[in-house]
Amino acid sequence: MADGNVATGLSLDDDVLNEAAKWRKEGRNVALATVVSTWGSSPRPTGSHLAVDEDGKLVGSVSGGCIEGAVVSEAMEVMQNGKPKVLEYGVTNELAWEIGLACGGTIQVFVEKVE
Amino acid sequence: MKQEILSRLLENQASKRAFALVTDMESGDQTLVYPDSADGADGGNAEILSAARQAIQDDRSKVHELSGRRIFVETFNPPLRMLIVGAVHIAQPLSRMASVAGYDVTVIDPRGSFNTEERFPGISLNAEWPDDGMRALDPDRRTAVVTLTHDPKLDDPGLEVALKSEAFYIGSLGSRKTHAGRVERLTAAGFTEAEISRIHAPVGLNIGSISPAEIAVSILAQITEVLHRKIEAREAA
Repeated sequence: MADGNVATGLSLDDDVLNEAAKWRKEGRNVALATVVSTWGSSPRPTGSHLAVDEDGKLVGSVSGGCIEGAVVSEAMEVMQNGKPKVLEYGVTNELAWEIGLACGGTIQVFVEKVE
Repeated sequence: MKQEILSRLLENQASKRAFALVTDMESGDQTLVYPDSADGADGGNAEILSAARQAIQDDRSKVHELSGRRIFVETFNPPLRMLIVGAVHIAQPLSRMASVAGYDVTVIDPRGSFNTEERFPGISLNAEWPDDGMRALDPDRRTAVVTLTHDPKLDDPGLEVALKSEAFYIGSLGSRKTHAGRVERLTAAGFTEAEISRIHAPVGLNIGSISPAEIAVSILAQITEVLHRKIEAREAA
């Protein structure tokens, strides 16, 4: 995608937010990760959501699967201390070999606890 | 995010309301901003409210530097709409594909034998004459209009209403010859060359489509292209 920042309202992400709300109502700890910026080619546009519960159960995505594992472990921490966090991933990241984006883009993800 | 904000956000989405969620990326404080009101931590910050309202207009989520803070503005607009004139064969795959792509689709056709729930399961149907149906559905700049009957008495009335709207895409099925006749009729009806040139005809990208489903793919692909090119042009401006 030439510019991942194009939001069109076409997102089929509604289910992610509904699911997050449902999990929270069931009393589970939930964190929500949102793509807030992208540079270069990145697989999911700004506004894409990933919800994670305390058992590491996932719904949605913030990349094509490249960084979800890393985001989940950060989400666990955010769930515990309640402090929101901005994560950045891309080819310039020193951990690029492990959790970089194969497509060569860079993305910023905001992670917050659903309280 | 507070559970209360999340529930209100979901309610807004369900009622197809346009709004933005404003998040302070440091503190995590959030505000729901509507075109004419706001609710939350930054509900009184004029700079943030105006940026968020512009973002709703542009349908563009991004990080802003505002009041010395990093603020993520995420826009939530109601789904794009597609109004199809003609409950014909091509309309069946097109309405289904467009629904999957996130469009709120309505098929307009006064002919009761075509416009049936069996042929269009789960799709909104409008049985009025296309000009009345089109007027009632009131296409806006988040709407694509496609006419598929290639029968002037049905397509033209729908087109005439669509051409006076801000619909971001207008396309009409029919050969070059059919379209030449259409251009003549619309000119006689008082439309200018510039207005008529908004119509994509023959409809769809030229990808050699043969079957109704393949033609639907080419139409949806062209609508997608026009939609994103328009957003890119607005951003470049």
